[in-house]
Amino acid sequence: MRLRDGEVSVLKLAIGAMLIMAFAAGALVVLPYFTMRGVPAPEGLVAYNEAQLRGRQSYIANGCIYCHSQQPRDPSVAPDMARGWGRPSVPADYVYDKPHLLGTMRTGPDLFNIAVRQPSRDWHLGHLYQPRAYSPGSIMPAYPFLFERKQGASVAGEVTVTLPPAYAREGERIVATQEALDLVEYLLSLNRSYPVVATPTAP
Amino acid sequence: MQYSVGVLLVTFLGSLAALGVFLFSMSRGLFGAGEAAGRVIFADKEIGLVEEPASATAASEDNLQQVMNRTGHTGEFAVLTPEEADERASLDASSRLPVLIALTGSVAWLVIASVFGLMASIKLHAPDWLTEQAWLTFGRIRPAHLNAVAYGWCSLAGLGVAIWLYPRLLRTPLVGSRTAAAGVVLWLIGVTGGIWAILAGRSAGLEWLEFPWQVDIPLFLGGTLVGVALLRTLQRRTVPHLYVSVWYISAGLLWLPVLLIVAKWPGIHFGVQQAAMNWWFGHNVLGLWFTPLGLAAIYYFLPKVLGKPIHSYHLSLVGFWTLAFFYSQVGGHHLIGGPVPGWLITLSIVQSMMMIVPVVAVGINQHRTAYGHLSALRYSPTLRFIVLGGMMYTLASIQGSMQSLRVVNTTTHFTHFTVAHAHLGLYGFFSLVMFGAMYFVMPRVLDWEWPSSKLISWHFWLVMSGFTVYFVGLSIGGWLQGLYMLDASRPFMDSVLVTQPYLVTRTVGGTLMTLGHLVFAAHFAVMLMRRGTKREGAALLRRPVPTLQPAGAGNVSGVSA
Repeated sequence: MRLRDGEVSVLKLAIGAMLIMAFAAGALVVLPYFTMRGVPAPEGLVAYNEAQLRGRQSYIANGCIYCHSQQPRDPSVAPDMARGWGRPSVPADYVYDKPHLLGTMRTGPDLFNIAVRQPSRDWHLGHLYQPRAYSPGSIMPAYPFLFERKQGASVAGEVTVTLPPAYAREGERIVATQEALDLVEYLLSLNRSYPVVATPTAP
Repeated sequence: MQYSVGVLLVTFLGSLAALGVFLFSMSRGLFGAGEAAGRVIFADKEIGLVEEPASATAASEDNLQQVMNRTGHTGEFAVLTPEEADERASLDASSRLPVLIALTGSVAWLVIASVFGLMASIKLHAPDWLTEQAWLTFGRIRPAHLNAVAYGWCSLAGLGVAIWLYPRLLRTPLVGSRTAAAGVVLWLIGVTGGIWAILAGRSAGLEWLEFPWQVDIPLFLGGTLVGVALLRTLQRRTVPHLYVSVWYISAGLLWLPVLLIVAKWPGIHFGVQQAAMNWWFGHNVLGLWFTPLGLAAIYYFLPKVLGKPIHSYHLSLVGFWTLAFFYSQVGGHHLIGGPVPGWLITLSIVQSMMMIVPVVAVGINQHRTAYGHLSALRYSPTLRFIVLGGMMYTLASIQGSMQSLRVVNTTTHFTHFTVAHAHLGLYGFFSLVMFGAMYFVMPRVLDWEWPSSKLISWHFWLVMSGFTVYFVGLSIGGWLQGLYMLDASRPFMDSVLVTQPYLVTRTVGGTLMTLGHLVFAAHFAVMLMRRGTKREGAALLRRPVPTLQPAGAGNVSGVSA
């Protein structure tokens, strides 16, 4: 590239821009990579099974992350523990999380320990079908497409949702699809109540 | 604790030292020829002549010229010779094909993205609306909105404007117009594929990175092709200096592929480290892609419309390097309070505060350039959007710095306040600047005037009033939401209920904005079909050649091709 007197060269510009980028990537991507790479899974943390992984995929596909975080904060910062959302999370809690689902929004509550608060499969299925039947004032969308409406007696192997009477319709059964069952399996795996060694937090 | 304070101190001192070295080297002239470079966007004796193709009538451009004669008389003998006008027309013609595809595509995505956004907004206060189909669920429509805005509307508009600016800034016809056009088409294919994937439930799951890696390939190749065309043009440049807009655009085109490659590299990111990477990307795509493109447009159009060089060219370079250095490290502030190492958060907060340096540099520069000519805003649609967009850049950036402070962040984190802030940046700043730029560029590209000044006004007032309602309402709602969430004595549901009226307000604002976009898109389409009343020929491109006279003498026939 031609260089003119007293002028910054295009090459200098490009190198400067790239060095700056490398510096930032080093600090925010590479360093965390090396500091967190060897973190072992806590003893109480179980790897996701197949159904839970499928459910996790459904959690991603339907964008649960846009309203629910998975990162309870320290009591010194926010009353997350007082709300029953669990102890502050540590990097080791996430060793099986690919991709991460930390989230940045709490239109709904944190779900990192939802299985501790709501261990009932029936509750979760009904709540997914119609959140307002269980939680008045909720603005969570209903997910009827995860269920089938059927008539007649139940068939073996089908999971029928038991709705509160006000929301049940005469002669109609709400049957959970495999996707709904997997999703609930995943939600029921969200239990990080095991003890961990606390890592030093930010000043 | 000790360690973190040490890191904080070292980063801060390091940043200050870097700034000092940079200022020193610039004062020694190591970074270019100084103020003269600010004049390269004008022809030999053009300073003092306005250029505003978007003035819907020739009379309106004359009014603009008179305002500038009154308020900004330079005493110079201002003229654009017919040869210079011809040369500029041929430069503008050289980039016609890729620019036309990019801008048309961007407007199409603007409309689609607005519809997604409005639907998502309504769903937050009508949660049982359109729930039967999976692809219409909130959790798919919302990321479809974000990605359609970011990679459809904003990126394509930015690319189109950048492709159009390069020949002008370098006084060299675009080399490889078809290469660039192919790149834009690939980009369009990538975005379409990505949005389809999100709606089909095949999102990659990371915010700002929802597109599956497969569709990032056409995006990457498309961006590269555009980059190749621009680089070849750069190599043949005939200008003595590189104007600061070239710096911004070139750097942005270098940064984006690096960001995409690092973020999308399969299999290496995990858990919390991936979250850190996620926000390194999420904030850099704003700071090192959209911001450079937006600022490049402001730095060109603001002085060009006014016919007056930027207040301080040096300051614009300070702004460039400090933006690059500080902005690139701010991403961690999205994880304040999260399970990430303390030093990472601290680093990001320090650099977020340091961001005040480039923001003030840009703010002073813009303000000092436009100062005294605000009445020109009445006659120039381009200026109106660009000046307001520039102001919102300052606001959004200062607000962003404040939001990174722990005291503020504790309240605003996880709330709609952040959503409002994001819109101040990407809409208030970037989108308005792009509207302004397109009002200037399209008449040049099509050799045709904007058919109606009324529609331009409707567009402006609809989006401005809509955005004001949107931003004010959602900021209040988000702040209350944060306060309620922090109050352990209140049930969580209170923080949901308190936002309801503000979420409805947001829908009202969003509806007005969407209407504004529909007006703009319709106007754009009418222009594309070359409909509308034809005034004075292609009046804005080729006026009758004037008799030479000083601009200060109330010259009403200044050529501005």
